[in-house]
Amino acid sequence: MSMLPVVDIQGVTTRFGDVVVHRDIDLVVHRGEMLGLVGGSGSGKTTLLREVVGLLRPTEGEVRLFGTPVLGASPIVQRDLRRRFGMLFQQGALFSALPVFDNIAFPLRELKRLDEEMIRELVWMKLAMVELDPSHGRLMPAELSGGMVKRVALARALALEPELLVLDEPTAGLDPDRGENFVKLVKTLQRELNFTVIMVTHDLDTLAGLANRVAALADQRVVAHGTLQEVMAVDHPFVHRFFGGVRAQAALERAG
Amino acid sequence: MDRPAAIRLEVQGGRQIAFLTGSWTLVSLPESLAPLEAQIRELASADTLWNLEDLARIDSAGAVLLWRCWNRSWPADVCIPDAHRHVLERVERLPPAGSLPPPGTPHDSSLEWFGLKVLALLRHLRDAVTLIGALLLDIGWLLRHPREIPFREFSATLYKAGSLALPVTALVGFLIGVVLSYLSSLQLRLFGAETFIVNILGMSIIRELGPVLVAVLVAGRSGSAMTAQIGVMRVTEEIDALATMGVSRTLRLVLPKVAALAVAMPLLTVWCSAAGILGGLVSANLQLDLSWGFFMEALPRSVPLPNLWIGLSKGFVFGLLIGLIACHFGLRVKPNTESLSTKTTASVVTSITVVILVDAVFAIFTRSVGLPAV
Repeated sequence: MSMLPVVDIQGVTTRFGDVVVHRDIDLVVHRGEMLGLVGGSGSGKTTLLREVVGLLRPTEGEVRLFGTPVLGASPIVQRDLRRRFGMLFQQGALFSALPVFDNIAFPLRELKRLDEEMIRELVWMKLAMVELDPSHGRLMPAELSGGMVKRVALARALALEPELLVLDEPTAGLDPDRGENFVKLVKTLQRELNFTVIMVTHDLDTLAGLANRVAALADQRVVAHGTLQEVMAVDHPFVHRFFGGVRAQAALERAG
Repeated sequence: MDRPAAIRLEVQGGRQIAFLTGSWTLVSLPESLAPLEAQIRELASADTLWNLEDLARIDSAGAVLLWRCWNRSWPADVCIPDAHRHVLERVERLPPAGSLPPPGTPHDSSLEWFGLKVLALLRHLRDAVTLIGALLLDIGWLLRHPREIPFREFSATLYKAGSLALPVTALVGFLIGVVLSYLSSLQLRLFGAETFIVNILGMSIIRELGPVLVAVLVAGRSGSAMTAQIGVMRVTEEIDALATMGVSRTLRLVLPKVAALAVAMPLLTVWCSAAGILGGLVSANLQLDLSWGFFMEALPRSVPLPNLWIGLSKGFVFGLLIGLIACHFGLRVKPNTESLSTKTTASVVTSITVVILVDAVFAIFTRSVGLPAV
């Protein structure tokens, strides 16, 4: 069972009306990998991510998580499957009516088998993991800074100790310093909790700092897939544009 | 799947050793934690040697469970690999449960609660007065700068709150007219006073029912929409965006809405009253064999003109109030979904209540106006 890939995208084609976003995409993410999806604006990165987590049904093809189709199984199987991954949305998507504590406690309470004391300790642990204080639990999402929103959202995504973490632009909207801290945080947590990561990013610092595999989306398909070095060696106009710029080179040097 | 969490007991050299096996994670812990917890507690109190080397995986849920049963301290003898040790150490570092007061309401006494309510009411009044003041200043400014009048927003609201409300107000007015006429005619026939149906219908619909019905419909239809719209603009910071562009929110958002409702409501009132009278006429014609010609001839005689003016001015005042209340609550929405729903509800409830209160005041002050000469 553990040999099955965590994410298995099989022949996915996506069309919105006449616009073809993806054409027959195959992509596999194995356990422990941290895959960064890159692509130009409108290349369908986020769309692909939404298909991975089952928010959107591909026009053709199928996405399997842990060997189970993400759409189409029975409701119980689907629910259990959704508890095995956590998603970090670009804007955090915290429940604005609930304080931070209840936001993180929400998925734990949904399990309906933990007592409140245990939930409280688990929430505090998650807060500590993302370097927040238990006293932050009382704040409302509207009172948080951008960086804190991301960290709370990460804590919520990690609440059930998922095997797969899906990140949509994890560092967008953070200043470079905070972005770097966030990357370090995710990396540390990944070492401890040993989850698989699939993320969309256009930030090269994040990509170089976090991803150990890279897939480049362009011309409606995956034009390059491999380690960062392998992807950069691919001869494709998008790859040249994306990794060739001055800022890109500087970012890659920083990451060593 | 991972093997479930379990405990294997062995006795070596007269001491009991507990081997934790399987994976102690949220997913693989048993559905009910109580038996496992009881077992660990019992072992912990019996001076057991703990061995965690066979443990496949432990996550924070497993660690919290274990730590809790160990009474929040390391057992005397424990054999644990480093990878698992630091998960438990993270639980160890948690502040004790009592260190933070539970997040609850800090004001318990009823006096304090009452005081807070009064303060909230005063804040409401202050904000309402501020809003009205800002609108008056805006009007004064617009009189001097007529080019800045937001005609586009005004006409958009007029269309949305007025034209689009025509079908529903006509339908409701017509049906109320039919029902009112039917019920009254049953009573009037007992006294042989069938012709008075014209007085009853005309007076009640033009003077009372028309304006109030339209006000209730408009409060539910347009008032809630306005609160929600302004509220969402608060949530998404669109109002702040307007402010940074130097656009006054009262001038561009509130004033056109209030003004458009103040214009649309009297018109809708006439429309709704007409539909109500038509409904009453149809019903009276079928029920009492009252001829259409007689009805039309008797209507102006039994309902003097001032009643129409009363109905129209009620419509105008109700329109102003509904617009003001809707915008007032919209601007008070806090940036979260819960607040949006409470404020929208509060806006509609307040609008309808205030309309009915004001209607009663109208009734008192106009009690000697527009009654037919006896």
